[in-house]
Amino acid sequence: MKNFFSTKSGIIFVGAVIGILAAILQKLGNPPNMGLCIACFERDIAGALGLHRAGVVQYIRPEIIGLLLGSFLISFTFKEFKPRGGSSSIIRFSLGFFAMIGALVFLGCPWRAFLRLAGGDLNAIIGILGLIFGIFIGTVFIRKGYNLGRSTPTVQKAAGYIMPVIMVALLLMLVFQFKPIFFSEKGPGAMHAPLIISLIVGLIIGGLAQRSRFCTMGSIRDIIIVKDFHLFSGVVAFAISAFVMNLVFGQFNAGFAGQPVAHDLHLWNFLGMTLSGLAFALAGGCPGRQLILSGEGDTDASVFVLGMLGGAAFSHNFSMASSPKGIGTFGAYGTIIGIIFCLIIGFSMIQKRKI
Amino acid sequence: MKQIDTRGLSCPQPVVLVLNELRNEKGEFEVLMDSEASCENVKRLLTKNNLKFETTENSEHIIYHVKR
Repeated sequence: MKNFFSTKSGIIFVGAVIGILAAILQKLGNPPNMGLCIACFERDIAGALGLHRAGVVQYIRPEIIGLLLGSFLISFTFKEFKPRGGSSSIIRFSLGFFAMIGALVFLGCPWRAFLRLAGGDLNAIIGILGLIFGIFIGTVFIRKGYNLGRSTPTVQKAAGYIMPVIMVALLLMLVFQFKPIFFSEKGPGAMHAPLIISLIVGLIIGGLAQRSRFCTMGSIRDIIIVKDFHLFSGVVAFAISAFVMNLVFGQFNAGFAGQPVAHDLHLWNFLGMTLSGLAFALAGGCPGRQLILSGEGDTDASVFVLGMLGGAAFSHNFSMASSPKGIGTFGAYGTIIGIIFCLIIGFSMIQKRKI
Repeated sequence: MKQIDTRGLSCPQPVVLVLNELRNEKGEFEVLMDSEASCENVKRLLTKNNLKFETTENSEHIIYHVKR
């Protein structure tokens, strides 16, 4: 077999490994039910860079660096690293921006939604239902011919190296505790596994996810559009393995109230993830997948990632992000505006082609 | 022969275009792809529909010739 990881056993293996590693990262110091969370960790990086000043969520997360660089190294090795781009950049930025607003209303990306569930946080069920609903709306547009247009191989190969270089720069700033960087002294931002372990785990997952095309949004989208359960089997393996490891580590605690880094406002858990799911579906990948694609030289995915970084900054600066106390003062506005924005993009990018 | 050009299209467009062809047309066709991920996805769709295809490959792209 040319690529084991693209087979059914392969994707199940990858999902299981990510789930186990996520639980271990939590055991080693990452925040509860947040062994891995692409949205939260990018938000922490935005904070560390001073793009927002929420003092409890500022840290350069080595997992993000590892994911992107792991994908870069593996795709380079397997000759899949291809600098490319030019497909609706500003739209992708905006989708990333609002995807982050939605994720921070719910408090997590799809990866964390499943990890929260695996840790017994039943609010995650509401979030996942919202995610499915958002993706469903996205597939309606896709079936009607929604399309962001083609990317083209970039003539300037350098474009594909920019994100990997930024990641190396972030790593250096973290290792040498670069003065202008903000590091949380308390709160989730102060909770982290040892740097080297986080980095290595990130690299491993980045490599595995690159080979297997692991994508949480895609797993649900493929079921809706083609009744293909391939990616979904990986996501199920991910959730189950994290659940089992949480039982082993005593990290499982079932309930709605008092869950760590979560709130139990069902409507906003649902709508926050609806917004994210819709934005991911329109952009073609969950936040994890967008990082992996960035590592492969996909500059369109990189623009989405930067959009998420920008969204995180605005989310906290404009009091749109939730906290365990509930949603932010303007969280509801951000969510509604985001959903309206995504619907407009969905309608306006339909080309005449039906399925 | 009819050709479906999926080069540069992001997920799930390649699969959607092939699915569209399978549902609405009857003849043979070719799918032109430029990424491994697209190939794997399209291959999975074709295999699921019990369709046979031949592969042509060069450094720029991969073509599946789908027989029906």
